[in-house]
Amino acid sequence: MLKVLKAGFYTTVQDAGRFHYRNKGVPISGVMDEMSVFKVNSLLENESAAAVLEITMTGPTLIFEEETYMALGGAEMSATLNNLPIQNYKVYQIEVGDILSFGRLEKGFRSYLGVKEGFTTKEVLGSKSFYRPITKVNRLTDNDVVPYSAQNLFQPKISEIKVASFLDDSILEVSKAPEFDVLNDKQLEDIFSKTFTVAHENNRMAYQLTETITEHSISMLTSATIPGTVQLTPAGKLIILMKDGQTTGGYPRAVQLTDKAICILAQKRGGDTISFKLV
Amino acid sequence: MSSPKIHIKSFGVHSVLIEWPNEVSEHILEKILHFETFLKNEFLKNQEWEMVPSYNSLLLINRIAQIDFPIISKDIITWYAQLGESTKPDRYLWRLPINYDLEYGLDIEEVASKLNKTIEEIIAMHTGSTYTVYGIGFLPGFMYLGGIDKKLEVPRKATPRPKVIKGAVGIAGKQAGIYPQESPGGWNIIGNCSVPIFDATKENPCFVSVGDKIEFYQISRAEHNLHKIEAEVGIYKPEKIKINA
Repeated sequence: MLKVLKAGFYTTVQDAGRFHYRNKGVPISGVMDEMSVFKVNSLLENESAAAVLEITMTGPTLIFEEETYMALGGAEMSATLNNLPIQNYKVYQIEVGDILSFGRLEKGFRSYLGVKEGFTTKEVLGSKSFYRPITKVNRLTDNDVVPYSAQNLFQPKISEIKVASFLDDSILEVSKAPEFDVLNDKQLEDIFSKTFTVAHENNRMAYQLTETITEHSISMLTSATIPGTVQLTPAGKLIILMKDGQTTGGYPRAVQLTDKAICILAQKRGGDTISFKLV
Repeated sequence: MSSPKIHIKSFGVHSVLIEWPNEVSEHILEKILHFETFLKNEFLKNQEWEMVPSYNSLLLINRIAQIDFPIISKDIITWYAQLGESTKPDRYLWRLPINYDLEYGLDIEEVASKLNKTIEEIIAMHTGSTYTVYGIGFLPGFMYLGGIDKKLEVPRKATPRPKVIKGAVGIAGKQAGIYPQESPGGWNIIGNCSVPIFDATKENPCFVSVGDKIEFYQISRAEHNLHKIEAEVGIYKPEKIKINA
């Protein structure tokens, strides 16, 4: 078990996501920044769908109650293991009683903790990803425990990697979404020429942007949406759906983020700036 | 009958959207669900594929592979032309019990007064229609129901409630629905459904599918309470009637 001594701001268990229930209105959930998690799980030689902890903004304090191997990735959060600084994308062997804690958020917004073979919390509808009300809780709180199986015979083929960080990237590559062609020239020019600020209304469901573009009165029937869909409200507000985002929507779908752009955005917080580039 | 025309749109590298004419129509919805079943049975059997039907569209998502848009567009047109008399999906009519007491029907008096009707007339209109499930989204198990009695159309509330309870039965304009769980909501609340529409502990968490029909019938507070207890222990059984597609 991994015991939560202090929960931090918002920490959840996430895996690759919950599939085959979107037609019943269930969001896919899963890790927000797939690229960072892929590297963490690769270093640990885990399945790419192995469950990790997604740690948002302010990290928790955690105590390991079984031996294992761990690696961190994603945001840089001044992590320490038994009070000694550790780095991202490096495998550390863990003894019973080791304490992992996090300090100042240096860069990015979401950090990921992987352990050998992944966390083994219960699956609901085929996924371990937290999403209330599918799962009973939506985040970890003080004194919660997260199970994993003890491991002490792992010999990592690569013990650390230097990764090309995208935490400073701010250009989100997008393709045309279904209502792209309904937008007028002014709206399109706005989308691709403006710099947008991430609003404080940002979470696993959606990221709102502060600046608005030209209003519209396009009316459409409710239709499917996916993570990375950028919706345009009648008031000209852009809303980018993320992993816990609703599966259908009635706002025009202007553009669609690439998988990488979703990862870049997942590492942004309120006040950060981004821009869109059509590819 | 000839098939209505489709329009295929690229939507990211993992999905493709098929659109039918922009109207709320039983005929179009039937065609979409028929085509969805055809694709699942014949061409896109692989578990990588997911499909989300809604009103006049069907989204095909491949969660692993990238889709080659020109190729799949051609394929979809070919497959659509072959649809013919292939197997149609089973569709069901669900009869759902509603308690309209004022404690649950928070806005029923206001709705009645706005529409110049009695509460009994509001209940009679709400239970008198057969509704079609045109989509499921917004929340897990939230149904977009079409088919409301024209005389029951009333605008959504000026100020949404921060909290609407699970099972709340709402109407707003041409739309009707049930809040499957507690959430904020701007619809007029006229009753409460005792059958849980979404239950994550079940393998099929939502018994309703897009294309199904819904009817409401009135139950007493005592029956409602009994249903709630049944739901808690998981033995509720909504009334189900198979309808021909």
